[in-house]
Amino acid sequence: MKKQENPDEGLLVRRIQNGTVIDHIDPGEALNVVKILGITGTTLESLSIATNVPSGQMGKKDIVKLSNRELSKEEVDRIALISPRATINIIRNFKVCEKKGVEIPDMIEGLVRCPNPGCISNTNEPIRSRFLVTPKGLHCTYCDWVIGRDITSYII
Amino acid sequence: MTRHIISIGDFDRRQIDRLLDNAKRIDAQKYDKNALYGKILATLFFEPSTRTRMSFEAAMARFGGTSISVGSVEACSMAKGETLADTIRVVSGYADAIVIRHPKEGAARLAAQFASVPVINAGDGAGQHPSQTLLDLYTIRQSMKLDGISIALIGDLRYGRTAHSLASALSLYHAKLHTISPKGLELPTSLHTELSEKGMEVTEHEDIRDVIKEVDVIYVTRIQRERFPDSASYFNVALSYRITPELLAGAKKHAIVLHPLPRVDEIDPRVDQLSHAKYFEQSKNGVPVRMAMLLQVMQ
Repeated sequence: MKKQENPDEGLLVRRIQNGTVIDHIDPGEALNVVKILGITGTTLESLSIATNVPSGQMGKKDIVKLSNRELSKEEVDRIALISPRATINIIRNFKVCEKKGVEIPDMIEGLVRCPNPGCISNTNEPIRSRFLVTPKGLHCTYCDWVIGRDITSYII
Repeated sequence: MTRHIISIGDFDRRQIDRLLDNAKRIDAQKYDKNALYGKILATLFFEPSTRTRMSFEAAMARFGGTSISVGSVEACSMAKGETLADTIRVVSGYADAIVIRHPKEGAARLAAQFASVPVINAGDGAGQHPSQTLLDLYTIRQSMKLDGISIALIGDLRYGRTAHSLASALSLYHAKLHTISPKGLELPTSLHTELSEKGMEVTEHEDIRDVIKEVDVIYVTRIQRERFPDSASYFNVALSYRITPELLAGAKKHAIVLHPLPRVDEIDPRVDQLSHAKYFEQSKNGVPVRMAMLLQVMQ
């Protein structure tokens, strides 16, 4: 049987009553996860971030805790683009009600800007950017440009 | 489902062969002269064009159909700030198919997304120009089988969309590719890698004379003056890539010279008289090939 622990002991940030804990984020990527979720200082969630904390599995990891917001599947899968090992815990009344991994989506829309200045998706047309997720990177479905690395610098 | 023609990459080999076979039948006058009677083609050219636009309009006329257009870009509502998406939705109500040329890459894909009629891409910026590739393939096929040919691409291979699309299409036919281009205008590394991954043998050369004896097709593209800091350096480069009768004296007897036109200094006018010169034939082939494309999307 698992040993009963003091739940707040050793935690850098307090437990949350309701919301989402994104755990096992690759070290240094927490701020990008927040960016990918569209969370800014002006949005309403209360947010806690821990970076480079010790991890048995990963050596070091980042953690993001979001109070009073449960992430949707689409939002969760976006995280996979930058941190495929991340795990998502949905918390209700201090308890983990759901635990899930992230899956790399086949297609992402409206999340990343095409780096090609000549691409039609960078104009005032009523469209969202659209990328196929391929082994080589993100493939713009409009102009065929491929973002092979440094995806986070193109997040809208 | 609406049929669009946006990129040569959307075609597999069987589909290309079928379209070229249809173009051949049309070229031999074996077609219904009223196949598209009563149909309307809208030509939306937001960039200058002579050959592409006229040959699409000629193709439509040969089938008994009609073409409509907006005239100059200045005269159309996009000059007033209308989005391409809205323009396409409106024009979809006037025509049975739309041919579009636009300076932005991906514009034709966007058009296809908003159109309720078939869209044919007639060039989107530095992106795709599938009808040119199809007529290039058709012209080569008039002289030889496409399988396993050895082709030299010469000129601006960095920005030349026709060269990129042709190289991609020929990778389906196990062609050997030789590239000859000025420094800074080489084939993009990403395309080089992509072609190699498809199993295509791609070799770079500094001088066309290195391969003139072994190639079946010499595909010349225009080197644009604006890519060089001054006229003198442009002329130096342009002259060293010029195709002349003296150069072709060392070529295979059946080798052909192609150019998407317009040419400036890349091909010596004396080459026009040689049996190698197929670029005007190539230009003429724009009509049967585009007829086959129109038939495919509208019938």
